[in-house]
Amino acid sequence: MQIVDIHYLEGFLTPNNINCVVSQLPKFDIHKKGDIMNTSVNIGGITFNNPVTTASGTFGSGIEYSDYVDLSKLGAVTTKGVASFPWGGNPTPRVIETPSGMLNAIGLQNPGVDVFIARDIPFLRKFDTKIIVNVVGKTIEDYCEVVDKLAECDVDMLEINISCPNVKEGGIAFGQDAKQVHYITSEIKKRAKQPIIMKLSPNVTDVTEMARAAEAGGADGISLINTLTGMKIDIHKRTYALGNKTGGLSGPAIRPIAVRMVDLVASVVKLPIIGMGGIASAEDALEFIMAGATMVAVGTANFNNPSATMDVVEGIKEYMSNYGISDIKELIGCVR
Amino acid sequence: MAAVKDSIKILENIALTDDVFSMWLDASTIAKKAIPGQFVNLFSKDHSMMLPRPISICEIDKLGGRIRLVFRVVGKGTKEFSLLKRGDSIEVMGPLGNGFSIEGKKALIIGGGIGIPPLLQLSKDFAGEKHIVLGYRDTTFMEEDFRAYGNVYISTEDGSRGVKGNVVNAIEENNLDADIIYACGPTPMLKGLQQYAKEHNIKAQLSLEERMACGVGACLGCVCKSRSVDDHSMVNNKRVCKEGPVFYGDEVEL
Repeated sequence: MQIVDIHYLEGFLTPNNINCVVSQLPKFDIHKKGDIMNTSVNIGGITFNNPVTTASGTFGSGIEYSDYVDLSKLGAVTTKGVASFPWGGNPTPRVIETPSGMLNAIGLQNPGVDVFIARDIPFLRKFDTKIIVNVVGKTIEDYCEVVDKLAECDVDMLEINISCPNVKEGGIAFGQDAKQVHYITSEIKKRAKQPIIMKLSPNVTDVTEMARAAEAGGADGISLINTLTGMKIDIHKRTYALGNKTGGLSGPAIRPIAVRMVDLVASVVKLPIIGMGGIASAEDALEFIMAGATMVAVGTANFNNPSATMDVVEGIKEYMSNYGISDIKELIGCVR
Repeated sequence: MAAVKDSIKILENIALTDDVFSMWLDASTIAKKAIPGQFVNLFSKDHSMMLPRPISICEIDKLGGRIRLVFRVVGKGTKEFSLLKRGDSIEVMGPLGNGFSIEGKKALIIGGGIGIPPLLQLSKDFAGEKHIVLGYRDTTFMEEDFRAYGNVYISTEDGSRGVKGNVVNAIEENNLDADIIYACGPTPMLKGLQQYAKEHNIKAQLSLEERMACGVGACLGCVCKSRSVDDHSMVNNKRVCKEGPVFYGDEVEL
């Protein structure tokens, strides 16, 4: 395979003429273009094979979806939130469909960090993918206990959830006040052995304020957005559709809001961003990347299409191939 | 890795009542694996509807490689499915969940409303003596399908057919007994049967319903309360889509 420097083609290579251009280059095999295409990205010193991960809470720890998805094809698996002890979550109904999206109020049900370490880490390590552990807590001490236990574990990165709208204590309470964001970030950064990503909420007046606070607190990256607080009424039963009354809105309905927030945050902080919010296709993912996201997470779309994550990875490669992009990093924040 | 979500051809789709439809699918892979009480996820062609619709399997034709689904139109998704014609395709994922296990010598098979169809394959597969109790609000459906496999007793809320009242009234009025209860229907009915089974010291397998998202056990949207701490969740919660939808009566709080 001859290594072709695609840059020399710039200027005359467009999607319309790529096929005839390629046909004039006999050693340039379009099917082997993957060999020279670099989809790897780096956050906090960790290299990911590609920029696609799962949005926390939609994918468990990957076990249930491993019948449908080859986890080794994903840049990373981001796990469901892990707390210091088992959480029971909210009353049902916990999920309800809405136009182009859904509301959920799971309430961070999880089996606790000890079971997570014993059961889920060994499972995920069987695959050629990175492990990002989403960490939840009701108090700062709770978060720190999980971070301390994970410090000794074989995981690649921590995503600190300070943005869940469905629990009364912890979660979003830490994510809506810049001082709190700074404090919790710096406290966790002191103890964590892995890079930390702070997951921010869109349910704030100014998301850039929270992003700056996370950066000042020593975060290695930022992920956004978590779900938007919403509500649905069941008019036939004349009651709230969700047991928790309110829930978090996700899915394509929130995508334009999420893209705009990624663009906004990318313009004020230097930290790498994991972008998410309604990504269901490679086209959607590329919007986030061009707005400034280094990685992207697929969430609600997994329910609609269990292989959505793999489809996004393949679609990004196809886009790069069609447009002659040799390195995904050329696209990150390219609209700015 | 199993390619479990497939585009599947519809062999027949007919109305049984104004809003209940019966659909046969050309689904040999699913038919081969499925057991009574399991369900499939049906996906809308309109991808603005993000969540799949979980529908229980009504009949499994292993030799013919077909499965039958009987569903009620309750919203946009099921409306779309009801309009599909023979020869059309639909995205189907399954079989999902944990179905009924055949046990006992004398069964009471009890269905309420749209909880009736999932009991048909079980009625076929259960070899012992069986009394089948079907509870409806008013309009009956699938009565004849069940008559081939056991004694059928009907209850209707409006008294238009059979015993006026609910399935428990029909059981008591007909002095029916059993060593195993199989039931599927609305939660208040299952709660009544859970109590009935406990009082009469009969084992009960109950098929639960809950709003679902993923259908594979990942999102924890569809949990029910369990009497003991569950091995997977480490709390008193079980996943209806994964450990269920069929549970023993003494396992769950309704």
